[in-house]
Amino acid sequence: MATVEKQRQRKYRVLGTRPVRHDGVDKVTGRARYGADTHLPGMLYAAMLRSPHAHARIVSIDTSAAEAMPGVHAVVTREDFPDVSNRIVELGEGAVNLGHLSQNVMARNKVLYKGHAVAAVAADSIHIAREAAQRIRVEYEILPPVLDVLEAMSDDAPVLNEDVRTEEFGGGTGDRPTNVAKHFHYEKGDVEAGFARAAVIVEREFRTATVHQGYIEPHAATALWNPDGHVTIWTCTQGSFTARQQTAELLGLPVSRVRVIPTEIGGGFGGKISVYLEPVAALLAKKSGRPVKLVMDRSEVLEGTGPTPGSYIRVKMGADRDGRITAAEAYLAYEAGAFPGSPINPGCMCIFACYDVPNGRIDGYDVCVNKPRTNAYRAPGATNAAFAAETVIDEICEQLGMDPLEFRLKNAAVEGTRRIDGVTYSRIGMKETVEAILNSEHYRSELKGPNRGRGVASGFWFNVGLKSTVVATVNPDGTVSLVEGSTDIGGTRTSVAMQLAETLGIAAEDVQPLVADTDSVGYTDVTGGSRVTFSTGIAAIEAAKDIQRQMCERAALIWDCPVDQVRYEDGRVVGPDGQAFTFKELAALVPSTGEPIVGRGTSGKANQGGAFATEVVDVEVDPDTGKVQILRFTVAQDAGCAVHPSYVEGQMQGGVVQGIGWALNEEYIYDDQGRMLNNTFLDYRIPTCYDVPMIDTIIVEVPDPNHPYGVRGVGEVPIVPPPAAIANAIYRAVGVRMDRLPMSPPRVLEKILQSRAAAPAQ
Amino acid sequence: MAKKRVVSAVINGEPTDFLCEPRQTLLEVLRDVLDFTGTKEGCSNGNCGACTVRLNGRIVDSCLVLAVECDGAEIETIEGMAGPDALHPLQQAFLEGAALQCGICTPGFLVAAKALLEENPNPTEQQIRFFLAGNLCRCTGYDKIVRAVQACAAAASEH
Repeated sequence: MATVEKQRQRKYRVLGTRPVRHDGVDKVTGRARYGADTHLPGMLYAAMLRSPHAHARIVSIDTSAAEAMPGVHAVVTREDFPDVSNRIVELGEGAVNLGHLSQNVMARNKVLYKGHAVAAVAADSIHIAREAAQRIRVEYEILPPVLDVLEAMSDDAPVLNEDVRTEEFGGGTGDRPTNVAKHFHYEKGDVEAGFARAAVIVEREFRTATVHQGYIEPHAATALWNPDGHVTIWTCTQGSFTARQQTAELLGLPVSRVRVIPTEIGGGFGGKISVYLEPVAALLAKKSGRPVKLVMDRSEVLEGTGPTPGSYIRVKMGADRDGRITAAEAYLAYEAGAFPGSPINPGCMCIFACYDVPNGRIDGYDVCVNKPRTNAYRAPGATNAAFAAETVIDEICEQLGMDPLEFRLKNAAVEGTRRIDGVTYSRIGMKETVEAILNSEHYRSELKGPNRGRGVASGFWFNVGLKSTVVATVNPDGTVSLVEGSTDIGGTRTSVAMQLAETLGIAAEDVQPLVADTDSVGYTDVTGGSRVTFSTGIAAIEAAKDIQRQMCERAALIWDCPVDQVRYEDGRVVGPDGQAFTFKELAALVPSTGEPIVGRGTSGKANQGGAFATEVVDVEVDPDTGKVQILRFTVAQDAGCAVHPSYVEGQMQGGVVQGIGWALNEEYIYDDQGRMLNNTFLDYRIPTCYDVPMIDTIIVEVPDPNHPYGVRGVGEVPIVPPPAAIANAIYRAVGVRMDRLPMSPPRVLEKILQSRAAAPAQ
Repeated sequence: MAKKRVVSAVINGEPTDFLCEPRQTLLEVLRDVLDFTGTKEGCSNGNCGACTVRLNGRIVDSCLVLAVECDGAEIETIEGMAGPDALHPLQQAFLEGAALQCGICTPGFLVAAKALLEENPNPTEQQIRFFLAGNLCRCTGYDKIVRAVQACAAAASEH
């Protein structure tokens, strides 16, 4: 089960090697400080009171009993939050309605899901804070909840937000309150003519359940509010600048009054971009005059933060005899949760993105339901969509009697292919990932045994560019200190440092990366959208070029020659008459020959070309229980240029296992009143290491022309294909087509029993 | 609030006296009273293993142990794993094998894996997976964690 890696020409000295990560020792010794590890002198501990109802009007809140408790220093409720208008602001990875964000952080007139924050208490200990929170009396007028996306779209459904009107894509707004916040519509070619030409047409409906990112570290924020109005916040966030902006906006402060110090972050996957605790901790700190730490417990994470949406998807696809797609149509409805903002648009854009579809139509709806406000989760919106589209493709292949990978090869999107949503691809590696699986030992091996099956699926994710800043200082010992604004979730300190090292021609170990706070480094967007190695990498390359330029100037000064006779080459500064300095030699001379050498790099213009993955899985299904066991899994993914192959493999393996959890176990289980019944890690069951095999990886490298070294982001796309690949494998194993996630034992067994009942008696 | 109790324990080889309320868990005391923040809190109900420590040699979820139960006990945390000059071979294997991404589950995995290798120096892949099933990791997909434990066991058996 060895990890396979494509052999390639070694063009680079540093890129493609596997140095030990710079923050590694801190993380294996327990010294790294995460969100909840912040401790300040005189610090208070805070706890939240959350709504027990999925939908209710708040009639009154009485905090007097809590405030009277010894050891309680401050209580905050909706009364303490400024009224922010329904302004839309760009927060790095998508626009956010500030009014809704503020209402999500602290409920105002209504609670819209069980777990919605209603009040918070700061006290001498967490135990006192929790006890006091329970003494707050809230009078609710309970309203009927709506939990299903299609029910929420109907005219007689209870409406969550009175201010929501349907926004039509390309203009136009509905005239009455509704749960349907947005309608997206994309069209290409002549869909009816395309279907008329098809030899095979398959149309199916799918459902997927709400799932959570499931990072192991709960959200945590600690705030200090100085009497001069300056606020400092320590938080485990995916973006310190977006945390600063959101906190400042919700508190009505200028951003310069808020300093966000990012701690280490124990996983995020998109779920640690929105603020939940930061503004609350800040207001408690203001009221109490003391630093305040606010940490969620696991059930608060599941019930009070943003999972990814449950969905309803209908897909229709046609292909001709030769296996060419002639037309495709999709209808997607995603649960936004309490407030608008599900990843429905990326879902629409991803659903057929792997293929060259000549005629297509996609409609997508963003729908409010009484569940937590959804948030990004690794390739947000794409996994739901791929489950539907890639399962339909498998059925078409079966009817055509065609190998599913040959079908994908035949229809694969390539450079120049225009997606249904209008985007034309630059150089991409979809085809290469299919070929990699087609040629893999795994796919060529024979799978034997009863109730076993093999399935494949492909997936697409955009990857984003956005803005980053890097500052790099040359030290006299020949090393470089690198300061960046990108919080490091999975080893990006190292992947960014390696690009600076490559550009300067020095060792990765000679770069010391540091993630700085919002007052110490230039603006940097969130760690999300698989962007950091790409975009902060570009900023690091720019900083290295700035250093090269200054080193050349310095050498010209020392050699007393014109600077245009000096060039930077292979880690050396080379001048006229065979004169040369190694980087280390010249670095040692910097302090005695002039001003410090500090390189500066920013990025923000480049956009990524997109990432693709194709995956194959072998499963065994227990026909008596419906339990699905993963026997073997191989993922092929286009990494463009694998900067640190171990961490690229790690992203692929981690994404796949999250996808396996999504496919087989994970779901929010609700009662009819909207109460989550499985709000612990015991019952919301993410995969353990006993549930999965080794995950074999094939790194494909089709360089992205938008990056100097061809880097593509690798974090998100591997999660996209697993549910579909596993569904297709289950079909091969036991002959039932799965149309619902998760494919948990009861669901699979139900399908098996239905198919037995339908089969003619023997 | 109940009166605080004095508890005497040996933590990472050091005799340590601390005061705690009867309702405080070992996890809370380690983190908030004694500043051993290397032991992490992921769920507080024994489902994730981030707070794994050794208590009299056994691995336990410290969120499920009351601190007052630890009077006279020997406790080992992640902070006691490395020597002053060198990392423990497992810590080194995790670094070299890229067996961590965000790192929040890493202390728990290391404490548990150390207990495994002391009990069974040459575990099979299945034995490793079974033993570590109480520790959740959401980033790595477990592949490189299992391989790091295998590599450490293989290196030890060569010596």
